[in-house]
Amino acid sequence: MLEIKCPYCGNRSQNEFAYGGDATVKRPELNSEISDQDWDHFVYYRKNPRGNHLELWHHISGCRQWFKVLRNTATHDIIQTMEMKENP
Amino acid sequence: MKKYSVFSLVKNALNHHKDWEVAWRDPEPKKEYEAVIIGGGGHGLATAYYLAKYYDLKNIAILEKGWIGGGNVGRNTTILRSNYMHDANNLFYEQGMQMWRDLSQELNYNVMYSPRGILNLAHSDAQLNAYARRGNSMRLNGIDAALLGREEVRKMIPFADFTENARFPIFGGLLQPIGGTARHDAVAWGYARAADDMGVDIIQHCEVSGFDVDNGKVTGVQTSKGNIKTNKVGLCVAGSTSILAEKLNMTLPIEAHVLQACVSEPVKPLLDGVVTFGAGHFYCSQSDKGEMVMGGDLDGYNSYAQRGNLPTIQHVLTEGVALFPNLSRLKILRTWGGIMDMSMDGSPIIDKTHIDGVYLNCGWCYGGFKATPVSGLTFAHTIARNEPHELNVPFKLDRFHTGHLIDEKGLGTKTWIS
Repeated sequence: MLEIKCPYCGNRSQNEFAYGGDATVKRPELNSEISDQDWDHFVYYRKNPRGNHLELWHHISGCRQWFKVLRNTATHDIIQTMEMKENP
Repeated sequence: MKKYSVFSLVKNALNHHKDWEVAWRDPEPKKEYEAVIIGGGGHGLATAYYLAKYYDLKNIAILEKGWIGGGNVGRNTTILRSNYMHDANNLFYEQGMQMWRDLSQELNYNVMYSPRGILNLAHSDAQLNAYARRGNSMRLNGIDAALLGREEVRKMIPFADFTENARFPIFGGLLQPIGGTARHDAVAWGYARAADDMGVDIIQHCEVSGFDVDNGKVTGVQTSKGNIKTNKVGLCVAGSTSILAEKLNMTLPIEAHVLQACVSEPVKPLLDGVVTFGAGHFYCSQSDKGEMVMGGDLDGYNSYAQRGNLPTIQHVLTEGVALFPNLSRLKILRTWGGIMDMSMDGSPIIDKTHIDGVYLNCGWCYGGFKATPVSGLTFAHTIARNEPHELNVPFKLDRFHTGHLIDEKGLGTKTWIS
């Protein structure tokens, strides 16, 4: 069982959260020149690291806020959790 | 290689089993190979076997960082099926089903192929209609499928929940009679023994740390047992694909996720074939030892850990008990996890790469085991001829650019969110 520290509610069980994937993926800017490759990378391609991974989680059965988690994909250790506007 | 037969069994029994020859050698790597396959799992071993058998490459090495059969080929739930809807998947996996039929004879190794049928249950009229459509798609491609009503399903699995109170009542199901199981370890060992017999060097405990690339062409691999020269490298590393691809400056449409499975304590024969629950993600079969073999959803977050958490097991088994109430009386014997290379449309990738001589075999998601023979055959073709076999043409990497996705579930990207 992961114990995830929601930045708003504190430590809660994994059961209360939904996963939102890689937090470093950025949607291409609106109204700018966008190549097909940029879109491919936004939609499909992921760095998929073994080690620290910055990712999105949603406290879906709690305060319903999205936030960021820095977690190790090899050990499942959670290093840091933060609000969306923050960075590790 | 001495052939295994009933006579060799009797002869060795009389000798107190002291004279069995080793099933495969344990060689030191040579300086150079015609082709190097990275990953000694089912797909890597099968690829090397078919390269040696059909494509006249004799000097082949398999590099395995752990031991053969220690990864996903020894961690799956051993299910064989080709009950897909899209032609690309149907034709590909059905070729695999044909190969399973005589694999034991082909390899001279009993892989315990057991086509007892796979039954996908429907829990609403709409779902049964969807299964009718899928069954028709299968039959159009020459694959047998039967749509069963509630009473026909009841005859097959009378211990499922057919009461008035069932939260997800069984409306019927889609049966692929030729679906079934095979002994996963035997598949790895059988391919290893047969490949070794044709001169393939299976080098275990040899981790690849990098690639030598010259002018866009691969010239060798760097390993924990020294540098090896080669002009052809095939990647069959499933969950570790992104890690090796990064060393080639490639990013892939793949995420690594942990998938768990579990077995119950062994019980007397209860369940004949494979049954999948249609109102969630749970499937179940019974092993020859009597254990109920069960699996379901991914844990749902990126992971390379080869182990998962209990909430997912609890979730999956809750569905199991909803389907088969008598499972609630069983104790769980073991749970384990493996790393799935989840591709973004749920279908595999077998293709060349931007580097001459590097070939990619990945993206198997939940279902790599059943594809072992056909994946090996088509990947061997791709490596030897430098162009895809007709069956793996649709499984190109650039489909994520052209939009020709093979999206069996119709979910688009992030197939694990379902």
